[in-house]
Amino acid sequence: MVEERLSREDAELVAGLRAGDEAAFRALLQQYGPGLLRVAQMYVSSRAAAEDVVQEAWVGVLRGIDRFEGRSSLKTWLFRIVVNTAKTRGVRDARSVPFSSVEDEGGTVPPDRFFAESERFPGHWSVPPSSWAGVPDERLVADETLAVVRRAIGRLPEAQRTVITLRDVDGFDADEVCNALDLTETNQRVLLHRARARVRAALEEYLG
Amino acid sequence: MKLERELACRQVVELVTAYLDDALDPVDRERFEEHLVFCDGCANYLEQMRATIRLAGGAGLVLPPALESRLLDAFNDWRTS
Repeated sequence: MVEERLSREDAELVAGLRAGDEAAFRALLQQYGPGLLRVAQMYVSSRAAAEDVVQEAWVGVLRGIDRFEGRSSLKTWLFRIVVNTAKTRGVRDARSVPFSSVEDEGGTVPPDRFFAESERFPGHWSVPPSSWAGVPDERLVADETLAVVRRAIGRLPEAQRTVITLRDVDGFDADEVCNALDLTETNQRVLLHRARARVRAALEEYLG
Repeated sequence: MKLERELACRQVVELVTAYLDDALDPVDRERFEEHLVFCDGCANYLEQMRATIRLAGGAGLVLPPALESRLLDAFNDWRTS
């Protein structure tokens, strides 16, 4: 088996899974389960159908684990199995939000944070953001701060929420997200950028 | 992505995600980084966006318990087969 390219953590999970270790399987579910469920949900209309896709995909993972050679990361391999399983289940249902059309909404930072064109430094910060370097780590990673992030993500328009969740919460890369959502690279980036900007603004309001 | 010669902060903030994804062309990347050297506001903005991304990574949700137990059953079937 060629596994020197896998992270040590992934290599341990793979070895554990091959040995039939339930703890390794649980760890894998905890780490990748929610993200893969969200990926499945991109392809089917109901939550129940997405859960069926995920179950079928995990069975495929278990059957295929002996053949996994570590040429991609474990996460990318899992992602592909879920996407392929979802695709063979049938056509993608019509989505309520057209991910492919991204309208121009102007800037992601309120214009009153910058000097106007008529002023001395047009387009430069009039109310610059402060540094968070002084925010104590305990505060930055506190449950309340994470709750602010979750709430801000929850309030985003669907396309932005989906993209930031897959990219930043679940950690899929840009190519994977474009592939799962049928998005161009540019539109993926625009949606991600708007989403991050809004979450940042919510954090700024909370942290100062 | 091609940019004007001189970047204003209002433009810089819109390029952060492209910068972090390494999607700016080399000339624009250099211009972006030059701007940050002299602009604390934009340097702070970039740091805040990085912190936002890190925090979003910690905001993960958990698998629905019913699905988790279904998957554990599937695992045990596989292990004993």
